[in-house]
Amino acid sequence: MNSDRLTRTVLFISSLVLLMISAGIVFSLVGGAIPAFKAFGPGFIISNHWNPTSGHESYGALPFIAGTLITSFLALLICLPLAFSTSLFMAEYYRGTRVAGILSSMVDLLAGIPSIVYGLWGFYSLRPLIISLGLNEQGFGVFTSSLILAIMIVPYATSLSTEIIAMVPDELKEAAYSLGATRREVIFNVILPNARSGIIASYILALGRALGETMAVTMLIGNANVIPKGLFSTGNTMASIIANQFGEATGLKLSSLIAIGLLLFAITAIVNSIGKLIISRFSR
Amino acid sequence: MAQIPAISDSTNRRHLKNVILKVSIIILSLITIVPIIFIIYKIVVNGISQINLDFFVKPSPDSLQAMTALANHETIPGGIANGITGTFLIVIVASLLAIPVGIMIGIYLYENPTSRYSGLIRNISEILQGVPSIVLGVIGYMWIVKNVTNGFSALAGSVALAIMMLPMIIKSTEETMKMIPNEIREAAFAMGVPYHKVIIKVLIPSSISGLSTGVLLSVSRILGETAPLMLTALGSSVINLNITKPTNAVPLLIWEFYNDPNMVKLVWSSSLFLLIFVLSLNIISGRLAKKHKTGRKK
Amino acid sequence: MTETQLNINNPILKVRDLSISYEIGKQAVKGINATIESKAITAIMGPSGCGKSTLLRAFNRMHELYPNITTEGSILLHDMDIREMSTINLRRKIGMVFQRPNPFPTMNIYENVLAGYKLNGIKLRRSERDEIVEKSLSDVTLWDEVKDSLFKKGTFLSGGQQQRLCIARAIAFNPDVLLLDEPTSALDPVATAKVEDLLVKLKEEYTVLLVTHNMSQAARISDNSMFMYLGELVEYGKTDIMFTNPKDSRTEGYLTGKFG
Repeated sequence: MNSDRLTRTVLFISSLVLLMISAGIVFSLVGGAIPAFKAFGPGFIISNHWNPTSGHESYGALPFIAGTLITSFLALLICLPLAFSTSLFMAEYYRGTRVAGILSSMVDLLAGIPSIVYGLWGFYSLRPLIISLGLNEQGFGVFTSSLILAIMIVPYATSLSTEIIAMVPDELKEAAYSLGATRREVIFNVILPNARSGIIASYILALGRALGETMAVTMLIGNANVIPKGLFSTGNTMASIIANQFGEATGLKLSSLIAIGLLLFAITAIVNSIGKLIISRFSR
Repeated sequence: MAQIPAISDSTNRRHLKNVILKVSIIILSLITIVPIIFIIYKIVVNGISQINLDFFVKPSPDSLQAMTALANHETIPGGIANGITGTFLIVIVASLLAIPVGIMIGIYLYENPTSRYSGLIRNISEILQGVPSIVLGVIGYMWIVKNVTNGFSALAGSVALAIMMLPMIIKSTEETMKMIPNEIREAAFAMGVPYHKVIIKVLIPSSISGLSTGVLLSVSRILGETAPLMLTALGSSVINLNITKPTNAVPLLIWEFYNDPNMVKLVWSSSLFLLIFVLSLNIISGRLAKKHKTGRKK
Repeated sequence: MTETQLNINNPILKVRDLSISYEIGKQAVKGINATIESKAITAIMGPSGCGKSTLLRAFNRMHELYPNITTEGSILLHDMDIREMSTINLRRKIGMVFQRPNPFPTMNIYENVLAGYKLNGIKLRRSERDEIVEKSLSDVTLWDEVKDSLFKKGTFLSGGQQQRLCIARAIAFNPDVLLLDEPTSALDPVATAKVEDLLVKLKEEYTVLLVTHNMSQAARISDNSMFMYLGELVEYGKTDIMFTNPKDSRTEGYLTGKFG
């Protein structure tokens, strides 16, 4: 009996490890960010200075927050029709066929490609395309990054929504067909209303993924510490600025970067929680 | 009864819309997979020329060597041995940290499925899974680089990656365990086997394929991670097996090559290597998962 | 090959040499020939796997939803081959009610009744819609029970009420024929009785084809009965005659409970 108690305690302690890690993350980020917030106040979040000259140091997170949000939402927008079509392809039109299986495997492959490889491909293949289309001289910018991001989050957007769409009961679809509906009408009037929450949740989770993406975006966004003005202008994201400048940062700059990390953490945590909330409400 | 309006026009229009939707769906689905074909093609075609035996055993060249080789129209010397060993080192240490803890937490959740505390743990685990890897790199820096190893180190990288692996292992452990028929568990207890033996000798062996799938999946996920390692392991030009020292890794090497105009050509071979490794693990764990799901129906 | 064993004065549907296969070589329905009487209840009965549901679903071409099913032979509605109509038009004339009640869960009762119109993109004036809803629900004797909750989702209704809602949905479209696939097998006896009474009432306006595994139900309410066995139409006749004096030994075996 005693050894059983011991075992249970050990298991319980392991769960505490998770709690400690999570709490530790929050505390460390907050602790590291405090000097920056003390120096710049809450205005840090909406300030768009980024001046590392010693003696006149001033940092602000706004350009990066803007860059992150713009690229992520744009990526989601681009990804939507692709993921939506792929889900319908696999869960409705060609459900259970070999073609759907092949498509599914290929979409899974998309999820397996490391971010840096996406960045390389974007740099060497996509960029020249953008340049030749005359959209941006260097090929960098919000649009290029969002395009790559969109491709990267397609697997996340598709997997959950495919499951949800496939779960709509056959009898509802048959009832609609028996009333004379075309397939398109069955999709929009029966399948989608029944799958709506799941589909929305999967897109929100894909958004969460896009928000935290680092390497591919860093290589394509142009690394300009300004709020992007247009679709093809350059900018920067929270993840990129940390990746680029953390290595040799000290003092106030380091604290500012940690503060940006804290903000990034908060934004992704909120978005992911919203997605999960929708899923749990849906499956009630 | 109300009059149903003339049939033919609206019917034709509806059929047309129906066909248009189907065609659009097919086209968009094809567009979705086009990138992957292009990416793999480009990497294979460009990378294969650079792979030879040296690739695997020699450390990466430095900028000067590369520049000289280019000037003389020779292939750039060296390989990515320091990256390969570094990746192995970091991943193995990360696994040693994450796997035992993750499995134990998974078992805890399995044994206490409905308590509110368990719900809390699951929620936190899922939130942790969504934390961007760069943020975990910051954490690795703050916890290990600053406080433990006083400098960039493989250990810091492993810690960051271990935190990434943890939620995946927890989830797959709990789900795998749930699929063990309850009778097996009860039979073991009924024979008076102590709890820890039930876990080690009964539960884990029964679920080993599911557990392995979870492990393989989480490893394949962290193999390609670059960002957290930039802030923790930093990189190194020599083969390093000391976890307290800066270490290189394949994705880090790719980043170095990319940033150095002399070594840019090396990105393709190293990417090919990384890609093959990651995708193979993905495919293997996918196959294992399918076998596991179909073979273990109650 | 069976021939029609019934002389129908006012036929509405004719089945000619109908065979349906799920896989190559395996016929679920073999060479059926029959004429269906208009504005009567025709029951299709037989043991499990005899092909009765498969036959029923051929009338509104539901099999086309499943690409691996092949159909040979023809069915004529008002002497027109149903395969020459568009499925949209066919399914306006032939409505279907399924075994398990399946009101659309994201629509309320009002919208469910009008679902056929909505799905087909037919716009109606508010007054027309109200009229259709009230008439359809009254025809299925559900109006009084739900008239104050028309805009609630139908999930709070009992199984029997949901099934009557599904029947209302089908008849709101004013079809010529109603196909019902074991409509009461998921219902309790009280609800079953209500639906059976309803069908007897409905046959004044609609032709009813009823698949049932319950032969007493067929005996109670149908005018004509088909007995199917292993995909063949074994016997087809007026219900009271067939039940008291079956011509085929297989029919007799089924009716006396020797198998099925």
